[in-house]
Amino acid sequence: MTTEPMPAVEAPSIDRRAWVERILTGRQRVDRVRQVRESAILGLLFLAALVSVATTIGIVYTLALETFHFFQHVSIVDFLTDTQWTPLFTEKHYGIWPLLTATIVVSTIAMLVALPLGLLAAIGLSEYASPRLAATVKPILEILAGVPTVVYGYFALLFVTPLLQRFIPQLEVFNALSAGLVMGIMILPLVASLSEDAMRAVPQSLREGAYALGATKLEVVWRVVVPSSLSGIVAAFILAVSRAVGETMIVAIAMGQVPRFTLNPLVAMETMTAYIVQVSLGDTPHGTIEYQTIFAVGTTLFVITMVLNLLSYRFLKRFREVYE
Amino acid sequence: MSDPMTTLTTAQAARAEAARGTGPAPIAAGMDVEHLSAFYGRFQALDDITFPIHPGAVTAVIGPSGCGKSTFIRCLNRLHELTPGARVTGSVRLEGIEIYQPGIDPARVRQLIGMVFQKPNPFPTLSIYDNVLSGVRLHRPRLSRAEADEIVERSLRAAALWDEVKDKLKAPGTSLSGGQQQRLCIARALAVEPLVLLMDEPTSALDPIATYRIEELIWELKQRYTIVIVTHNMQQAARIADYVAFLLAGEERTGRLIEFDTAQRIFTNPKRKETEDYITGKIG
Repeated sequence: MTTEPMPAVEAPSIDRRAWVERILTGRQRVDRVRQVRESAILGLLFLAALVSVATTIGIVYTLALETFHFFQHVSIVDFLTDTQWTPLFTEKHYGIWPLLTATIVVSTIAMLVALPLGLLAAIGLSEYASPRLAATVKPILEILAGVPTVVYGYFALLFVTPLLQRFIPQLEVFNALSAGLVMGIMILPLVASLSEDAMRAVPQSLREGAYALGATKLEVVWRVVVPSSLSGIVAAFILAVSRAVGETMIVAIAMGQVPRFTLNPLVAMETMTAYIVQVSLGDTPHGTIEYQTIFAVGTTLFVITMVLNLLSYRFLKRFREVYE
Repeated sequence: MSDPMTTLTTAQAARAEAARGTGPAPIAAGMDVEHLSAFYGRFQALDDITFPIHPGAVTAVIGPSGCGKSTFIRCLNRLHELTPGARVTGSVRLEGIEIYQPGIDPARVRQLIGMVFQKPNPFPTLSIYDNVLSGVRLHRPRLSRAEADEIVERSLRAAALWDEVKDKLKAPGTSLSGGQQQRLCIARALAVEPLVLLMDEPTSALDPIATYRIEELIWELKQRYTIVIVTHNMQQAARIADYVAFLLAGEERTGRLIEFDTAQRIFTNPKRKETEDYITGKIG
């Protein structure tokens, strides 16, 4: 700091100071109106948030309560280790594995379709297609997302399965393969659309930076655009997995209702969601053990989806930090 | 209408009061910064800044990139605290009134202490006319057409933009050139009738001619406003500033005040070696 004394700020006159203070303290009627409006909006927003939080708590409570009743009859060890699921038969087994493997098999097939195709579609749309072509193709792609899932279900059962049976004669009428393929088509627009948004968000200056070093278009895409938008792409993938795991209609229609512990996609299986449909459509009385099984299965589904969402959140956070 | 403040802007009311001899006119006001420190989370961006901001003068804040200049100016109108995790300690006073004390309305602080940013940011959905009025309308929702026209013309004239845009006031604000957009942002800030105008590198996105026009404008504005300008251009500081504060960040990237003095002394006879090195181009 300087050693010489600085010219001091002139002492403000008293009423001028009072004038400034009156404005700054915000106690005029206009200020009160604005403040009331701000807090009213805040209350409204809080209420809106509360609705979703309360709903979540309600769902978790219902699931937990019935699941608790279920585990009073069935040991959790049996549930997690038994490889048979026959709660509707006389000889009852409560092993979740047949339902879980069916879900995993069909989701894996769906992701094997949706990930590469979705990523390629996103790259094509955001990096290669002319703006006019992209503007035409993207809505068409998004129509896929608007098709009702029941239509996809019958498409799998009545079109894809017969088609596949020509090449794979041992394919059963109800099977995981065609359900998985069609489910992959269904979630493809989700992956493509979200990934494309992430890629479009990559600043043009990054692309130009790579071009200026002598990179080709392909090199720019694979070394700059895809890595830079990885957070969004990973989020899209995990969201798609979550969607596949929870998908109900296609698997209920095209995959059968046979809780079979196998990894063979050519035969009928029953996913967790399909089982819940099967029992809730039947006339299972409220409060019976059969009724409680759907809550136990529902809880399992809920835990899986929650883990996936937490995972995607952590991924996003990690990549965001790198990106910024 | 027991309270006249509900229908008049504060500045208008003040002018009316001044005309009646009952209150002060809204001319330039001074500020005092004491022991100001600013944080982003645990990172400390500024440490213990103390210097006065003289009324009706241009105070330039200079220093190399990352020294906390922009953070500093954002502390003067309580904009810094809008960044999540950001925090301020110390004291900033306007006309002797602590703007960080409880009971102060930050929206009102920003009304009295206007700001112009590095990149011109006219609202893209609004016309030139509505851009100028955007701040005024917050405080006076029921504005008569004649009053609105008068404020728009006065503000655009004050920002030396009137002659260029008077025939296309309904055109979008973003249709103007960069320099014109920046003057539109200045007009928008002036329309609210602030006491102090903060400018965060207002010319760094502009070409030399647009820069020159803004500098000319700053010269005119300091008759009536107190101006604080952040700049990384030392020639600019030398051209327009009455006082200069030189900030520098050390190893830990926390900005500190190295020297505050009149522009003349800073540029001809700085007391500190670091200031001399910076203004002669040896560092930064």
